Amino acid sequence: MSTVTTRNPLAAYIVRHADDNMVIGQRLAQYISRAPELEEELAVANIALDHIGVADHLFTYAAKVEGGGRTGDDLAMLRTEREYTNLLLVEQEHDGFGELIARQFFFDAYQALLWEALADSTDDTLSGVAQRAAKEATYHLRHSSAWVIRLGDGTHESHRRIQRATDRLWRFTAEMFEADDLDRQMAADGIGVDPSTLRDAWESTVDSVLEEATLTRPEDSFQTSGGRTGVHTELLGPMLAEMQWLQRSYPGLSW
Amino acid sequence: MDARTEEERFNAIIDDDEKIEPRDWMPEAYRKTVIRQMAQHAHSEVIGMQPEANWIARAPTLLRKAILIAKVQDEAGHGLYLYSATETLGVSRGELQELLHTGKQKYSSIFNYPTLSWADIGAIGWLVDGAAIVNQIVLQGTSYGPYARAMVKICKEESFHARQGYSIMMTLADGSDSQKAMCQDAIDRWWWPSLMMFGPHDSESAHTAESMSWKIKRKTNDELRQMFVDQTVPQARYLGMTIPDPDLEFDEESGHWKIGEIDWEEFWSTIRGDGRLNRERIAHKVKAWEDGAWVREAATAYAVKHGMKLDKSA
Repeated sequence: MSTVTTRNPLAAYIVRHADDNMVIGQRLAQYISRAPELEEELAVANIALDHIGVADHLFTYAAKVEGGGRTGDDLAMLRTEREYTNLLLVEQEHDGFGELIARQFFFDAYQALLWEALADSTDDTLSGVAQRAAKEATYHLRHSSAWVIRLGDGTHESHRRIQRATDRLWRFTAEMFEADDLDRQMAADGIGVDPSTLRDAWESTVDSVLEEATLTRPEDSFQTSGGRTGVHTELLGPMLAEMQWLQRSYPGLSW
Repeated sequence: MDARTEEERFNAIIDDDEKIEPRDWMPEAYRKTVIRQMAQHAHSEVIGMQPEANWIARAPTLLRKAILIAKVQDEAGHGLYLYSATETLGVSRGELQELLHTGKQKYSSIFNYPTLSWADIGAIGWLVDGAAIVNQIVLQGTSYGPYARAMVKICKEESFHARQGYSIMMTLADGSDSQKAMCQDAIDRWWWPSLMMFGPHDSESAHTAESMSWKIKRKTNDELRQMFVDQTVPQARYLGMTIPDPDLEFDEESGHWKIGEIDWEEFWSTIRGDGRLNRERIAHKVKAWEDGAWVREAATAYAVKHGMKLDKSA
């Protein structure tokens, strides 16, 4: 089977970023009604909405660029896990608030840089989405950093939990900065950004937050990847099965 | 110097249709009644997140998903706002939550019914929020100031909730046979429980007379229920759907729709805690609360360590 979402490079590039936001938005949404406090219910729902909103804009744009008659919702709801090209980090499950925050923190620190860079894209639509998303990502990063610090420098128990979450998710972080041919081509065309150029700034944000949180930067050098070519962990399939269930069960209807 | 007793002053405020404010003297029974009603309202918002959250992950389109998340987020916000308004009467959010978790305070029984199809999300918005709005619009005139003002704010958002629910139902009613069947099935399951939301008949209601005299309640359960029926029956007909009440008929003389008898046995058993999902709803809430204990403790410890003003929310 084909793992290619679309043969159009620009559409493929937009879709990978849409996929990241779709998947992390869906993960956050699964947490609603389970937060430690009402204020966090509001925050998590808000952040989920931001990510899903970005995904919606990008899917719609990708469908238009692709020009094959698919809609944005088709791209979200009717592609398989082999066709989804999100980073492995965002599909990881959380066992509670600690892992949710660690996952979000690593991703927010990346997205804040990504959107800032993509705001200068020569593609007007992508640039427009990026400008809005950059503001949201700054707020998301403030929220997740504050929690990493509070949990790390809170109680003995919270320190242990957030350190464990950080350690567990660390192996999915290098993938964010792996550049493939599509990234390089889009960067060369002035449309996209080579993610490897974002790494130093990300490391510096992460190091300073972990330090303030009194956490140890994970030393395990093992890193894994594959999301951009649709080779996922075993967690994405069940998530998509749930997310796409209604569209798959009753094909071709309006909702 | 005002020579009237505190009670006379209180009664004068009520008689003049003015608002009782947190610092005003009030009879202990009034305070208790308002606390009970506001807390129950806050708990309902929070427990009401669960049946809808059940469909967020499965919402059929990105737009519907976003709208549903925004709606559930509003409910968390309403809960927060109502808990704060209740705190003006000298009881803390923590105490109120404890009363919910231990079953000593109630929430609206409607949320003990399961959401079994996507149409249930439409039915909750249209019928359940529709019923809530009828109640809340009238409560904008309630005598306790902070409660009345909370209702003004909340009513604005609730009308958006009801509209999005009806929009889901319209889409299904215009859809395939399977979607029409889904729509009808949801109405069949949610119609009677929605009518029960207004509480027992006035003659059976323990609190109505006193609450009416204090203007905490401004209309009786049966009056509110009738308002809801009158506005909703035409909407159901517009959808081309059937209301599951063979006795439903329009009474030309009074100009009102007359409904058949409500199954009060089901109503009271749900109130007692023996509804479909009473135990699950509380268990879910308590689990989230207990799972989050280490997070709340960490936030407190961090604030203490760094000499911050303690914010009980963090």
